[in-house]
Amino acid sequence: MGFLMAIPASVMAFIFRLGWVRFILGGIGLVLAGILLLSFVVGIADALRNPTEETAQHKLHEHPKALHLASDGPFGHYDNQQLQRGFQVYKEVCAACHGLSLVSFRDLHAMGYEEAEIKKIASDWATEVPSINPDTGEAATRKALSSDRFPSPYANETAARAANNNALPPDLSLITKAREGGAAYIYSLLTGYRPQTAEEVREFPDIKTPQGLHYNPYFPNLNIAMPRPITSDGQVTYAPGNPAPTVDQMAKDVAAFLVWAGEPKLNNRHSAGFAVVLFLLIATVLGYFAYRNVWAEAKRKVRVTGALDPANQAKTRRAKSKQGIAG
Amino acid sequence: MSFSWAKKYEPKHPFMKWMDERLPLPRLVYGAIGGGYPVPRNLNYFWNFGVLAGIFLMIQILTGIVLAMWYFSSVDGAFNSVEHIMRDVNAGWLIRYAHANGASFFFIVTYIHIFRGLYYGSYKAPRELVWMLGLVIYLLMMATAFMGYVLPWGQMSYWAAQVITGFFSAFPLIGEPLRVFLLGGYAPDQATLTRFFSLHYLLPFVIAGVVILHIWALHIPGSSNPTGVDVKDEKDTLPFHPFYTAKDGWFAAGFLALYAVVTFYAPNMLGHPDNYIPANPLSTPAHIVPEWYFLPFYAILKSFTVDFILPAKLWGVLAMFASILLLFFLPWLDKSPVRSGAYRPIFKRFFWILMVDVVILTWAGGAVPGPMVVAVSQVATLYYFLHFLVILPLIARYETPLPLPSSISESVLHGEAAESAPAGSRRRGGSVATAE
Repeated sequence: MGFLMAIPASVMAFIFRLGWVRFILGGIGLVLAGILLLSFVVGIADALRNPTEETAQHKLHEHPKALHLASDGPFGHYDNQQLQRGFQVYKEVCAACHGLSLVSFRDLHAMGYEEAEIKKIASDWATEVPSINPDTGEAATRKALSSDRFPSPYANETAARAANNNALPPDLSLITKAREGGAAYIYSLLTGYRPQTAEEVREFPDIKTPQGLHYNPYFPNLNIAMPRPITSDGQVTYAPGNPAPTVDQMAKDVAAFLVWAGEPKLNNRHSAGFAVVLFLLIATVLGYFAYRNVWAEAKRKVRVTGALDPANQAKTRRAKSKQGIAG
Repeated sequence: MSFSWAKKYEPKHPFMKWMDERLPLPRLVYGAIGGGYPVPRNLNYFWNFGVLAGIFLMIQILTGIVLAMWYFSSVDGAFNSVEHIMRDVNAGWLIRYAHANGASFFFIVTYIHIFRGLYYGSYKAPRELVWMLGLVIYLLMMATAFMGYVLPWGQMSYWAAQVITGFFSAFPLIGEPLRVFLLGGYAPDQATLTRFFSLHYLLPFVIAGVVILHIWALHIPGSSNPTGVDVKDEKDTLPFHPFYTAKDGWFAAGFLALYAVVTFYAPNMLGHPDNYIPANPLSTPAHIVPEWYFLPFYAILKSFTVDFILPAKLWGVLAMFASILLLFFLPWLDKSPVRSGAYRPIFKRFFWILMVDVVILTWAGGAVPGPMVVAVSQVATLYYFLHFLVILPLIARYETPLPLPSSISESVLHGEAAESAPAGSRRRGGSVATAE
């Protein structure tokens, strides 16, 4: 009997020693730990029973190829020649399906186009801007002005899907910022179309490219609705003095243009950043010397008998010179 | 101020004298961050992060006020108004990137500040309320950051709002009505965006108010220090100004340079690409993740996978809230009389295990969930709770701390008394030269 009584008494003593707060919180901790252990064991058992098979995406999806652009790195600035070539590719190839709704024609000024050129580009744009008939008020379209944003090729999402086998061509204004891999992803995607190998289909029958889709290992789902947009060298005719319009070159150029479309202020940002960082580093160095100065002063004032006390320093010097110690 | 030797404010200019007699605001500032606040002389650079957190709060408020002048809190216009700021507003790209990265840096400095407090026992008596007010600030920061992330109304914004308000629906009975109440509807929509904008603008000022309480509560016992030994007399301290203003000054400039490097050269490094896609309620992103500063909590949430008495989701939500709320009890969980981890050999080891654990949780929170990742996050979560709720109280009970220095000045000036003695004399360490 006394033995039984001893257990609760010792438990009580333990609780008392630990304190109620610690006892209760420790209890909560052990309950959570128990649930976690249970979750852990069940999870492991489940994983052992049903080992996850390697998915086709995991095996076949490829990381973007390396792409170097003039805008890369802290001192990078856009290569306007390349941007203009890329814009030409966008205009002649991509714009048929993809909008650029956040960019205005006037923004092209930043990549070296003159005002007159921009006006001409705007008024010649294949898609017109939605408007109203000034006489009847009915829906109409008019030629784009340089103050307009790039008109989207489709009136709305439904029209876009209807024209594209129910796939929606995304707006390209922010595409390099909205995709993992950025410009390198765009470049890889544009140059990454290839036929599926028989071996791939045998291993993963699920990914066999369905009718209307196209195999591209750089696309996360592997099969993409967009057909290969840049199909052959010379598809776009570059102005004299530019590199030959190979598929690879055009893909690079349009990727560079789309970086600009997403980040038109990159040149300003890189230049301003240099000035700001330089300013802060100079301030840091000056501030550091000010700090050393203030604290050296402090040590003398606060601790008059310390090592920095002039009297002690003089004593040290004297003693050292007497004993012939240099310094 | 708590110390008798704290310098009193003495206005020099007649105007300041006139002012001081009517509204002693200069006196308040002088006593708070001027020459009238004696600070232990041995603070290391980890003590700079409180001031830095204050600087980032101000950066966030200032950039935020300017952004709000251009931002348009409508589900149809929010995304485009942010892009308008980025493309057309003068220096809008700078203000917006400074604000977005400022949030990350605010969390970086706050985390360093919190971990400094954990290591050096800053939560212990008599600074319990300083610690708890700090946790209140941290909770407010989390709410503010989350709502701010929703404002651009990109894909991650929308789905973060969906997922995080969804936590509340885990609670039985009141859960679902509570979620609908918070969102102002059954799914994130215009009502959600407008109220999040309103609260996102309000909460930073609430934070500023709690910061004042935090500093006020700190100034009663005065700052802690790396030895954890109490200030005993004047030679243990230095006036905040000019000593710590000088030390904070250069360090803040250097840290801001780091912030500028990220803001100007890698402004999207800490963000998620999906948030450059406009919100689409019909398309769920393949992999929804919160911002990096919430990842450890997200890992804790996802670690509970078994319905045991309560649904797994509710366990996860309870554990996630508990993981922060338990920190409020820290002063009573860790009853070791020694504050500083530097003098606690066992505590120190477990502290570093906790650091590694938090890094693992951060990784696990962001990784694509698979059986391996979940198992790792379960072990890491297990350790997190055991550390605070079981290990810490036990260490406090059974650890033998190292001998403490008898005073701050002894710890700082060790050996210097001997050094300052004339060469050739035999005096060795130990006693300390006293100030006059």
